[in-house]
Amino acid sequence: MTSAQKTSARVNAAPAETPTFPLNAWYAAAWSHEIEHALAPRTICGKEIVLYRRTDGAVAALENACWHRLLPLSLGWLQGDEVVCGYHGLVFDAGGRCTHMPAQETINPSACVRTYPVIERHRLVWIWPGDPALADPAEMPDFHWNDGTEWIGEGGTYYGLRCDYRLIVDNLMDLTHETYVHAGSIGHDAITAASFDVTHTDRTATVTRWMLGIDPPPFWARNLGKPGLVDRWQIITFQAPSVVVGDVGVAPVGTGAQQGDRSQGVNGCFLAAITPATATTCHYFWNFVRTFKKDDEALTRSINLAHVNAEGKGLYDQDVTVLEAQQRAIETHPRLPFYNLNIDAGALWARRMIDRLLADEAQRSAPAAAAE
Amino acid sequence: MASIEWSSGRLRSVQDLTADIRLFEIERDGPFMPAAPGAHINVGVEIAGRPDTRSYSVVGADDDGLYRIAVKRVPQSRGGSAYMWSLAPGARMRVSAPRNHFPLSLGKGDYFLVAGGIGITPLYGMALALAETGARFRLAYAARTRADLAFADVLAARLGDRLSLHIAAEGERIDLAAEIDALPADAELYICGPLPMFEAARRHWQTRGRAPARFRFETFGSSGRYASEPFRVKIPRLGKDIVVPQNQSLLEALEDAGVEMISDCRRGECGLCTLPILETDGIVDHRDVFFSDRQKAAGGKICTCVSRVSGGEIVLDTPDRAG
Repeated sequence: MTSAQKTSARVNAAPAETPTFPLNAWYAAAWSHEIEHALAPRTICGKEIVLYRRTDGAVAALENACWHRLLPLSLGWLQGDEVVCGYHGLVFDAGGRCTHMPAQETINPSACVRTYPVIERHRLVWIWPGDPALADPAEMPDFHWNDGTEWIGEGGTYYGLRCDYRLIVDNLMDLTHETYVHAGSIGHDAITAASFDVTHTDRTATVTRWMLGIDPPPFWARNLGKPGLVDRWQIITFQAPSVVVGDVGVAPVGTGAQQGDRSQGVNGCFLAAITPATATTCHYFWNFVRTFKKDDEALTRSINLAHVNAEGKGLYDQDVTVLEAQQRAIETHPRLPFYNLNIDAGALWARRMIDRLLADEAQRSAPAAAAE
Repeated sequence: MASIEWSSGRLRSVQDLTADIRLFEIERDGPFMPAAPGAHINVGVEIAGRPDTRSYSVVGADDDGLYRIAVKRVPQSRGGSAYMWSLAPGARMRVSAPRNHFPLSLGKGDYFLVAGGIGITPLYGMALALAETGARFRLAYAARTRADLAFADVLAARLGDRLSLHIAAEGERIDLAAEIDALPADAELYICGPLPMFEAARRHWQTRGRAPARFRFETFGSSGRYASEPFRVKIPRLGKDIVVPQNQSLLEALEDAGVEMISDCRRGECGLCTLPILETDGIVDHRDVFFSDRQKAAGGKICTCVSRVSGGEIVLDTPDRAG
């Protein structure tokens, strides 16, 4: 093709100093039940994206900016499975192709908006914000505990939480904080007293802590329903870049839980899919699921409420208060970020894996940017 | 409007692929940005001593940090290809970051790629990318003679029987109607080639009621049904009488003559530079993709960045009003 200079209304954002999140990964964007036949905007990894469910049930994810004048498409409306821009009526199909332009009988061939690969799995909608050619369903983190089948629980999301997503990874990879942030619920002095092991693979990091022969904290004592001391475990696994699954529970002391027989105990998992929105904000998809009292809907509701409630007094609300205050402190105290302690080993392994993904991506020279 | 990210660069090497298609390997200073299939770069050229720019599709894989473009030497061109062909290895040049107006969407099921002549350049990378991902696709590549084929060896090796070559001089044409009819309903067609080929494919696509959004194309913005020749333009409103030379577009000639114009794409897509036709005794060679067939037949307006007049002169109006 030959032509004189063409300017198009695509502005490449000024490059961030150092990226803090990899783009070539699956990130939770919404709970499945949140995405209906309506336009739902999300900011994912610095990308403005609009999601909607097509009439055939599949979820479409488009760049949330009209090709023509960049108005967010989420301010328009759906016409069948196509999005009508609310400014001048350009229409885009679920593949991002423009199918109608006002006041002309043809369509400009370069008119399209970017689409993002989508997978709906484990009751969540996941987006691949990076190079679509690299989007491989096999790269999906294991989040099967959230299926609502074997493990039971109803979670929620903190959208637009005002902190770097890695602060949540730090938070979950070191449960020492439970003793202080969550004193009176799941906190326990034994957590800080017990030693822990940290192991890793090339894509995961695991912190394992066993507290043997301790008094069960109230939540676990109630749900175990057996008197006496317990062996308590917290086995927390990070999957790069931002999924954390914590296998937690108690069993009567000496019944072999540490050796693998948990049949006498009760077991739960806290689940976290953390999605960067910007460098300093994120979405925190959380759940707490269990294999005990699976039919007890009142328990499901109360566990959900215990994590987050309308008064902002839930367990996770306590974390949010800390995380957002920490982010503000990072911005006002620009000394290089933190001192590290022995308890941070799990978080540091997690951050090393994130850094590795970032380095790999830097080597690929930001193909996602070129695709735009 | 976003500005194009320009950088300095250097012509590393050239290689003649055919008698009139030359491959240029360009090293761009600054960070390398890979070019997705269908992307192009802009390069700075000099035409009649004046700086100008031309866009060329990036050819094929560029993992080694070099941009490759293939430029066909066109005697009737506006001068871009002649300038490019005058460059020797080592020449400094201005090069833009890659941009993409013809992106390939992956995961669409079946693909039919159609290339005519130098139109192979954007489709070459697409075919290789589709082969890489294991997509179902075919590439039909037409050229005047066997000697005019560029990249045919690589394509044959990588695509096998997914490639068909069509040599016009040997009476082989792409049977666009039959090919399109054989495609599954959700197939996408990507085409780059001379305007008549493009129009024939699009007409058949429309006739069969296929989704216009699945007809993907890129044009050269320079080929028409008739050879380019000089023609005269009169603008009574401005008292202008201008001759458009063979190697200049109508839009450029109007601008040079002091007619105030607005334009954007300069390749017949956006419709901003169109002017009303008052009368003509020639044939308007509509080379744009902005007007529909119906509008072209009605002949009310001309897209001045690409379209021309053959065998006569034309009288145009402009938006200028006294005031």
